[in-house]
Amino acid sequence: MEIKVLGPGCRNCEKLEADAKQAVKEAGADCAVTKVTDMAEIMQYGVLSTPGLVINGKVKSYGRLPSVKEIRMWIEEENKK
Amino acid sequence: MIKAFADWLTYQAFEMQAGTHLADAVNFFVYDTIKILLMLTVIIYGVSIIRSFFPPEKVKKILAHKTEFAGNILAAALGIVTPFCSCSAVPVFIGFLEAGVPLGVTLSFLIASPMINEIALVLLWGLFGARIALIYISTGMVVAITAGMILGRIPAVERMVEDYVWQIRMGNIEPPKLTWRDRSEQAALHTQDILRRVTLYVLIGIGVGAVIHGYVPIDFVATYAGRDNPFAVPLAVLIAIPLYSNAAGTIPIVQALMGKGMPLGTVLAFMMAVTAISFPEMVILRKVLKVKLLAIFAGILTVAIIAVGYLFNAII
Repeated sequence: MEIKVLGPGCRNCEKLEADAKQAVKEAGADCAVTKVTDMAEIMQYGVLSTPGLVINGKVKSYGRLPSVKEIRMWIEEENKK
Repeated sequence: MIKAFADWLTYQAFEMQAGTHLADAVNFFVYDTIKILLMLTVIIYGVSIIRSFFPPEKVKKILAHKTEFAGNILAAALGIVTPFCSCSAVPVFIGFLEAGVPLGVTLSFLIASPMINEIALVLLWGLFGARIALIYISTGMVVAITAGMILGRIPAVERMVEDYVWQIRMGNIEPPKLTWRDRSEQAALHTQDILRRVTLYVLIGIGVGAVIHGYVPIDFVATYAGRDNPFAVPLAVLIAIPLYSNAAGTIPIVQALMGKGMPLGTVLAFMMAVTAISFPEMVILRKVLKVKLLAIFAGILTVAIIAVGYLFNAII
């Protein structure tokens, strides 16, 4: 599994990255969290309002900070597939 | 009711003598703090609900291929209700252009969005009253519309945008289906987040305001920076630029200064400069605008805001 945090590097983006890592740990998933700061790549996902969260290539949220619980739920959903 | 509580706390609980400087300052502080924090909670929550209907991803489709003027007006209006933090300014800018939103219209949006924000509105409404808040919104919109139209008409303005911007292609996303429950949960989170960030500044601002209110002589500002001093407006704008993102802390101070004779035009110019022109925002916009266009952008905004100041000082 692959998680990407989209954001040029503001406070919220850093928070989301930390939360995503926390969620991965809680879910016990085998998964790397990477940060995407390149604008062209962020926009390929269609996201204008950062931070965005992408799990396995799918945009799960953007323009807000999802809770650790929510991220964990998404990770678990993806894991079942 | 808040007034009664503030009076009770100052004169009964603290046993202060009504009419003294200290009692005035304390009473003002208690009353304004409670009122502003309550208003912030209610209004930010309400605005967040409205905003959940207008994410930038949707707004760009509304604004795509709009004509000048009508497009600028719509952009300025949507700028008020569309959420984006300053770090999203770059993706919003690129995404709008990519979707076919004209450059001038995009810039109207980027000017209006930070200038007319809910925190500034609450503080203006709560401290200055509805009339001044409305004057601020409407003049702010006029500034955003006019500046965007002028910028959009610069010959070959497209070439003053960084070249890579035109190469980026956007992907498409399906906006998530939000239920009312999602909207209200997100609005509650957002309200908490904003309150956490601004409460300290509001307290400091109202505290300084209270001291000014209680101790500074009544015509202090009128004497040094009143209507007849032509340097007051540009000076207020210059002072405001480094105070970025601190509408929460500065507006209470300005309100106290208005009570000491600062004229409305100077007040408006100062607050617009606090919210709309800032060094960090310019650094962010430099990523998409070439230096020349950025300088024109900042120049036009500054001139427009100073003009607002002179205009209101002259007519009111």
